[in-house]
Amino acid sequence: MEVCESSKVSLREFGCEQNLLSRPDGSASFVQGDTSVMAGVYGPAEVKVSKEIYDRATLEVLIQPKVGLPTVRERSQEQCIRETCEASLLLSLHPRSSLTLVLQVLHDDGSLLSCFLNAACMALMDAGLPMSCLFCGVTCAINTDGQIITDPTAAQEKESRALMTFAIDCAKRRVLMSSTKGSFSVHELQQCIAVSQKASEKIFQFYRDSVRRRYSKNL
Amino acid sequence: MKDTPLSNCERDFILKAIEEKKRLDGRQTYDFRRIKITFGTDYGCCFVDLGKTRVMAQVSCELVAPKESRPNEGIMFFNIELSPMASPAFEQGRQSELSVKLNRQLERCLRNSKCIDTESLCVVAGEKVWQIRVDVSMLNNDGNLMDAASVAAITALCHFRRPDVGIQGDEVTVYSPEERDPIPLSIYHMPISISFSFFQQGTFLLVDPCEREERVMDGLLMIAMNKHREICSIQSSGGIMLLKEQVMRCSKIAAVKVSEITELISKALLNDRTARKAGGRCGFAESMPQERITALKTDETLMETSDVTERANDIVEKAGAPPQTVPSPLVPAPGVGQVSQGQQNTWGLQEEDEDDDDDDDEQNGKETKMETEPQEEEKGAGDVVEISDSEEEEVVILTSETSGQAKNADSSSHQKRAAASKRRPKK
Repeated sequence: MEVCESSKVSLREFGCEQNLLSRPDGSASFVQGDTSVMAGVYGPAEVKVSKEIYDRATLEVLIQPKVGLPTVRERSQEQCIRETCEASLLLSLHPRSSLTLVLQVLHDDGSLLSCFLNAACMALMDAGLPMSCLFCGVTCAINTDGQIITDPTAAQEKESRALMTFAIDCAKRRVLMSSTKGSFSVHELQQCIAVSQKASEKIFQFYRDSVRRRYSKNL
Repeated sequence: MKDTPLSNCERDFILKAIEEKKRLDGRQTYDFRRIKITFGTDYGCCFVDLGKTRVMAQVSCELVAPKESRPNEGIMFFNIELSPMASPAFEQGRQSELSVKLNRQLERCLRNSKCIDTESLCVVAGEKVWQIRVDVSMLNNDGNLMDAASVAAITALCHFRRPDVGIQGDEVTVYSPEERDPIPLSIYHMPISISFSFFQQGTFLLVDPCEREERVMDGLLMIAMNKHREICSIQSSGGIMLLKEQVMRCSKIAAVKVSEITELISKALLNDRTARKAGGRCGFAESMPQERITALKTDETLMETSDVTERANDIVEKAGAPPQTVPSPLVPAPGVGQVSQGQQNTWGLQEEDEDDDDDDDEQNGKETKMETEPQEEEKGAGDVVEISDSEEEEVVILTSETSGQAKNADSSSHQKRAAASKRRPKK
């Protein structure tokens, strides 16, 4: 049960580039170690009549895998991300319009869902959509020794006993979404949430730095 | 989502500019946009930037049974995915006319030109061959998707390494990259597709049209050629009549462009090979530009997590233990198990409470008592209960409850008795 106090609680080097595609209204690529994801946002735009919601915008999230067509796994991830975005976006400001968020996997080396979330947030920011708060994704793995590893690689994910991904908002560090795999105790869950909240501070600081750099005059 | 339409004045402007031998981005008629080729972390992953057009290709392989007509040849599979990221007009999972056209052209360019030795992909003749799958996804559409896709696909194929296999008797072993070095595909030549767009019924010709130019063009000619000046496929679309001289001129331009691009591809492949040999990190993360203000990178960050355990303990303690629940499974009938709420009907008790209030209700209560008596008699009298009987009972109860008057209830109970008496002779 006694966990932590280990060097494994670290985040891999991460990077982000915004506004790298010309066609979408907002785009970003997010890199965590070797895991890289590209995101593009279109909207607010015209909505199909069948998808129209009379008092808010319709958000559609699409995940494009690297090989082949999207499967059930991608669909469930799409849903996780959509619900997180819906919670932070102020959709009621754009009734009867559509927002499309497309996420393309560039390389999967673990913590893919959290990378999706981070890329999505950066792209939404780039598109200039009104949001009540920013969000970020943190993945924690609990290995067989009971140690918590944040931002695990694919190899670490494979060896882990449990894997949890949380979306955390920047205003009050609340958990917007959680997706877990494997078995763990209530105590471990709370520990992972606490670790993720800590990690989120680093990521939000990174968001802040990159946006500051973007709107600065010099490099 | 629909694409933004092109306005008439934009259209006129572009056409007028082309007539004056000018292009929107300042290029000359035969100029290609800047091509940039980068590789992903794993083998067979390639990104191609053609100006602002961006395309990703990923090659993967799989052991499958061969086609019956060709038992000792590997299978090539091409798939161009028009991702909705590239343009709002592209829809996911729908085969549009454009995607069919691009897929077909890529197949003709790479499969039908026999540029890949498919016989070397055979593992066990008639049983197991490698299927090489090329997935090309469009990331940004700024015109000339075909050229970018063909460059990406052939570069990814050149970059790809398939796992080594060993055959001992009937057993086929696929070795992981750690055990044995993966093997590159054997590629004879590299066909590259070059697009030419025609304006004003073929009077004007532009190489590498951008998205705006593609919208106003009259016709398109795609020539796939390798560096030995061998034409692998020609496709003309848009329904314009081309003169023989024009096709010849295009093929000459294509030859020059193809040799330039082939040079670039081999240089990029060589660069990547030396980088991988040196053991440096490569991939998308490394190719991210550092000098732009829109990009930022950080190093690995450590976190202070000393108070995490305490915080978790606090929360768990505050939450307290969940309420103890007594498991109370109920078996209402053999073969049926029931837990949780709704085991016993508590409605009857409430009715009794209400009964104390009014006289009418009291009478009702009496009536119901009266009604129950004959039922018991019936049950005692015979063990056969007819369905019609139960229906009558329900009718009786409903009228008595809805009317809530003694008279009705009386009359209905009379009916009931009558019905009961009628039934008795039957038995």
